[in-house]
Amino acid sequence: MLWKKETVITLAVIVAAWQLASHFLPPFLFPSVLTIGAEIGRIATHAKALGSVAATSARILAGMAGAFVIGGALGLLMGRVRWVEHYVHPALTFDQGIPALSWVVFSIIWFKTNEFRIWFIIVMTTLPAFAFQMYDSYRSMSKDLVEMALSFRPSRWDMFRTLVWPSVLPGIFTAWKVNLGNVARVVVVAELVGATSGVGYQLLVQQQQFDMAGAMAWTLVLVVFVTLAQKVVELVEHASLRHVVVSERMA
Amino acid sequence: MNVIRFEEVSKQFAVRGKGTASAPYAVRGLSFAIERGELVAVVGKTGCGKSTMFNLLIGLSAPSDGMVAVLGRDPFAEFAHLAGKVGVVFQGDRLLPWRSALANVEYGLELLKARRADRVQVARQWLLKLGLEAHMDKYPHALSGGMRQRVSIARAFATDPEILLCDEPFSALDEINAALLRNELRRLVKESGKTGMLVTHSIREAMDVGDRILVLRAPGHVTAEFRVADTLAAVGEAGLKRQILDAMGQEASLQDADALGPAAAAGRVDSAA
Repeated sequence: MLWKKETVITLAVIVAAWQLASHFLPPFLFPSVLTIGAEIGRIATHAKALGSVAATSARILAGMAGAFVIGGALGLLMGRVRWVEHYVHPALTFDQGIPALSWVVFSIIWFKTNEFRIWFIIVMTTLPAFAFQMYDSYRSMSKDLVEMALSFRPSRWDMFRTLVWPSVLPGIFTAWKVNLGNVARVVVVAELVGATSGVGYQLLVQQQQFDMAGAMAWTLVLVVFVTLAQKVVELVEHASLRHVVVSERMA
Repeated sequence: MNVIRFEEVSKQFAVRGKGTASAPYAVRGLSFAIERGELVAVVGKTGCGKSTMFNLLIGLSAPSDGMVAVLGRDPFAEFAHLAGKVGVVFQGDRLLPWRSALANVEYGLELLKARRADRVQVARQWLLKLGLEAHMDKYPHALSGGMRQRVSIARAFATDPEILLCDEPFSALDEINAALLRNELRRLVKESGKTGMLVTHSIREAMDVGDRILVLRAPGHVTAEFRVADTLAAVGEAGLKRQILDAMGQEASLQDADALGPAAAAGRVDSAA
């Protein structure tokens, strides 16, 4: 089952509360659930609107892929090479302190291409999480298993393929799940400022038209995308980590 | 021919900021040799340098002084040259949790680039030999401690190494399983004609497995050496145990002292096994 009973109940309560509020407040503040549903239907049936959803989705995935590759490599290097750790760790900590909005401003000043700007913003805001997660996973790798593997005198590639990668895999899934939510927020801000398509751009249009139903509809579409993406990551995680045992009490 | 040779080997671990100059010795002046086909047990109390010696032997650590040779090569400097020639059974099974029992046994062969069909066949044979045919596809968490240690023994044998090194492989097991497995280990090493070394803190285990026993005392040097069959014939089991205990030092641990009892737990275990 895609959602648990409790999740469905929670969502139903939120929808009901919204619908109730729409009876007492003006529609430009709280449009009815039906109106929002109609807006979502419009988005789902219009090619141009769907194109915006696809653009945002592609930006999220491209940005996260970039952050994963660069951050993952940095994390592994930090774990493997002490001097890299000494130099890169503070830089990443510094990066973590920079607000996403600052990166939006920097990228607008630095770069011409919209798509590259958005990609850069996503990479810079999510890279530390990938790097630190990979670094921690590498450092917490079992010394016993490393020694066992070394006793067979493997090549570096074999060591990575057969021991390092499976050891850090749970951390990678965690990083993807955590970052997906963050990126959805960042990408909308980036699109608000610089893009001519995407969910962020559409939200800007709704704001200019003072269309709350449209704003809610576009927001919900993004939420649905992020939720589905999370589910896909969880399914892959479940298939990849089927050896992981959970205590009966913790299940 | 010496298959394993330690010549006046010392090992000090650097202390941060002070180097090795004032560092205590984990191993000091360790010398011994093991001939082809011998099965030697190295016994000593906790902290006497057994694990350091083991790490020097498998090439995970370099000596501070002296020379270590395995099959005529320096196991640290010529690390890759000994690939496939040395099999190791560690303390604790050290199985990869994301691999089935079969895939764990295949592991060494995979690293040695054996063809998939060949390595599956060899791994199956070893699991069969160790009575695990019904558990090949299970992950380590679904196996008992004894089964997991059998898988790790199968993994070490699967690459058909010339030398088998075992570092307290049965210390985490109950006495019955430990007795069963050490008999099995001795049988497998002797049947295959390999050279073997068992590092242990248990005198009982050393006597059951070894053709020869080396007694190690801190900081990592040999204080006595016994040919098990000859010594048993000369002084009997209790006499050999007493001599080993003496060589280990006066403050033998309670566990070691237990081994002195005439019908000690080990004896009962053996008959149960």
